[in-house]
Amino acid sequence: MSHHIVEVRDLFFAYPDGTEALNGVSFRIEHGGAVALVGANGAGKSTLLLHLNGYLPTTRGEVRIGDTPLTRETAAMARRAVGMVFQDPDDQLFMPTVAEDVAFGPLNAGLPPDQVACRVASALERVGMAHVRERPPYRLSAGEKRAVAIATVLAMSPDILVMDEPSSNLDPRARRRLIELLRSFEHTKIIAAHDLELVVEVCARVIVLDGGRVVVDGPTRDILNDEALMLAHGLERPHILRHSHPH
Amino acid sequence: MHMADALISPTVGGMLWAVSGGLIAFCARKVKRTLRDNLVPMMGVLGAFIFAAQMINFSIPGTGSSGHLSGGLILTILLGPYAAFLVIASVLTVQAFFFADGGLLALGCNIFNLGFFPAFIAYPLIYRVIAKDQHGTPRAWVAAMVAAVVGLQLGAFSVVLETKASGISELPFGTFVLMMLPIHLAIGVVEGLATAAVVSFVARARPEALRTAPSAGASVSLRPVVIGLAITAVVMGGLVSWFASTHPDGLEWSISKVTGKEELSGSEAGVHKNLADLQKKTAFLPDYGFKATEAESAPAEHAAPEPEPWPAVNAGTSISGIVGGLMTLALVCLVGFALKARSIQRAHGND
Amino acid sequence: MGIADWIEIGRMDELGRMDTPAHRLDARAKAIVTLVFIGVVMSFPLHEISALTPFLLYPVALISLGRIPARYILKKILVAAPFALVIGIFNPLMDRQPVATIGSFVVTGGWVSFVSIMFRFVLTVGAALALVACTGMYRLGAGLEQLGVPRVFVMQLLFLYRYLFVVADEGVKMMRGVELRSDGTRALRLRVYGSLIGHLLLRSMDRAERVYRAMVARGFDGEIRVLRRSWFRWSDWGFVCGCLAFFLAARMWNLANGLGLLLTGIAP
Repeated sequence: MSHHIVEVRDLFFAYPDGTEALNGVSFRIEHGGAVALVGANGAGKSTLLLHLNGYLPTTRGEVRIGDTPLTRETAAMARRAVGMVFQDPDDQLFMPTVAEDVAFGPLNAGLPPDQVACRVASALERVGMAHVRERPPYRLSAGEKRAVAIATVLAMSPDILVMDEPSSNLDPRARRRLIELLRSFEHTKIIAAHDLELVVEVCARVIVLDGGRVVVDGPTRDILNDEALMLAHGLERPHILRHSHPH
Repeated sequence: MHMADALISPTVGGMLWAVSGGLIAFCARKVKRTLRDNLVPMMGVLGAFIFAAQMINFSIPGTGSSGHLSGGLILTILLGPYAAFLVIASVLTVQAFFFADGGLLALGCNIFNLGFFPAFIAYPLIYRVIAKDQHGTPRAWVAAMVAAVVGLQLGAFSVVLETKASGISELPFGTFVLMMLPIHLAIGVVEGLATAAVVSFVARARPEALRTAPSAGASVSLRPVVIGLAITAVVMGGLVSWFASTHPDGLEWSISKVTGKEELSGSEAGVHKNLADLQKKTAFLPDYGFKATEAESAPAEHAAPEPEPWPAVNAGTSISGIVGGLMTLALVCLVGFALKARSIQRAHGND
Repeated sequence: MGIADWIEIGRMDELGRMDTPAHRLDARAKAIVTLVFIGVVMSFPLHEISALTPFLLYPVALISLGRIPARYILKKILVAAPFALVIGIFNPLMDRQPVATIGSFVVTGGWVSFVSIMFRFVLTVGAALALVACTGMYRLGAGLEQLGVPRVFVMQLLFLYRYLFVVADEGVKMMRGVELRSDGTRALRLRVYGSLIGHLLLRSMDRAERVYRAMVARGFDGEIRVLRRSWFRWSDWGFVCGCLAFFLAARMWNLANGLGLLLTGIAP
């Protein structure tokens, strides 16, 4: 499935105030699988994510979604293929009810009302939130909000799911549910996270960013187990690996 | 300054609703056509911000009391007139719905009084002219205070006009004016201080935020002139009428001095006659009585049959005249803008 | 001021989301009837009191059907009363023409019109509050949009409402931070105020940017599309026609007077 491919080549980006956020990032992610983006604050994770759906225009370098280069013209198509879930659910749930929030994406894609209703129902079902469909978003718990935020993106039937700090502010039970949910998705997943425990459980591959550059790109357990490497880039070895037995 | 339904007649309320509704539709179209479609969330969140900001007080230097931001002027500085008007209208609507702060019939009046003047007069004609984009400087502080004071004075005066035109309250025009204007002078100073304090902070912390307001461009060139004329006409009309109805002797006296005539039985009737004539031309207003503070009453041009046996005083026609005149001018302005916008659109289409 | 007001809106919001016969009426029907109600009430001549009394039926019926606590509405009316009181109290002062005597108290026209003003105040504010309490902001917004209010404005109302609590929360937290570090005075110095409100403003703008980002990520292109559409049912038509007929009758004939005549046995 070529449209599951995400490819970034020599991506550079500097903000208007001069901050150099990305200094030559390159990687390629193919169909299926889950990749984690880890790095200290300011390493460039969020900036990189915002390039993947064209929100930040590519000024130097190239981003390809499913073999199509991402430009202003192809951005709309990219946004249907790449579903992005942001860190704060309150920023993403802005409609009067959950159902209307989930319907927002499909409506913008121009789908007819009955198909929209169908997508809404199945997306909410998928995340286990069908029972709150008529509730206003501010009446949800943090975990429920997070699940609904994911549903708003699922309703667009993306091939690739990009998530920024999905487990932040979740209590242990909600976090556990989130991890189960993520593991059950068949989409290509790109997850930026500080929650290294989640990374180990969900993602087979990890890309470490530091200073806007890719430091290392490879299997999760190998990289996260490398204590010296972790510490050198503002991270640390997750507990789950300290106490597990290497196979 | 939020007017209640109980003091507004359906006619006055309806008229101001027509004006405010027209302005809302006009601004909505303008906002839709701007290229900045990130205005939608920005307007909403800033509306919520204004709500929150209204709940936080600061102590006014020199006095023991406190004040807070109302937000009309700062919204216009941040968003430009059209978007700001919509935000102000939405804040007032939520206040009316949830706090009974202002009635539903009077909402049209309130939106006009509290939205039109800051967004379309105080900001473009005063703040921008004085401050010249140098936010945060002493110049901008002065600009904010003057703009806020003028905006609120005009709004307060409108409240008086609308209440008197409704004919329900017996509060004499003069007393009402003397009550409202000085209080709102003080409120205006407070608003100006608060606005300037916040703007200067933002100017230091994140200057680019203040540059996001869409520049006025060519389409605003005529509006200030038209609006200025309209407001001047209203103010002059109001002042003249107030003077005429409360000091008919004074007016006679000054006329005799000017013309040298001793016998002045005609001139008083003349002033009233002119005002009554103006009302005839805008005759869709019903005759609401206006009790003069003096016992004398000039002969009424047309006394509508009233169920109550009170003496009908035709000084009310002068108020109707002003309101009628204001309404006509406002409608003319709106038609003017619409036509101008239309012609600009066509002009662009021909490029 | 402050926290109490947020609890206010929160309470109204809760009431608005209930499910009662009054809530199930179409929002447009209630909105139109309420506006007509206010117009008719205010169209009465200045000194009318008794003819206004039947109109109390409408807000009372709506509030009861909607299971809204009457004390809650009364309290809100009381809180809003001062402006009308201050203006209205001039009527007895200005209009001294006697109309009737009750015992040794001379009732002047001014007192009559004052009572009329305050009664109208109760009626109009009561009806408006009943409308919102029995409908809720969201259904009301959707109804207004269907009635022709520009979509941009309705979206503005709904967005404002949505982020009201969020921004207020941030404001409360900031105030708490200030209060904990000051000597407890509620009102801030101007410089601190400018900084605090300025921070709140910048945070609000940042949030707006993030919301926009999320909207773009889901395909937003400037065009606001809605899913919700409601249709009038028989009960809605019945409600509208019944209420309008009642208002018309009560406006044309003084029903209270008629009732009084009936009761006192004097043939009309």
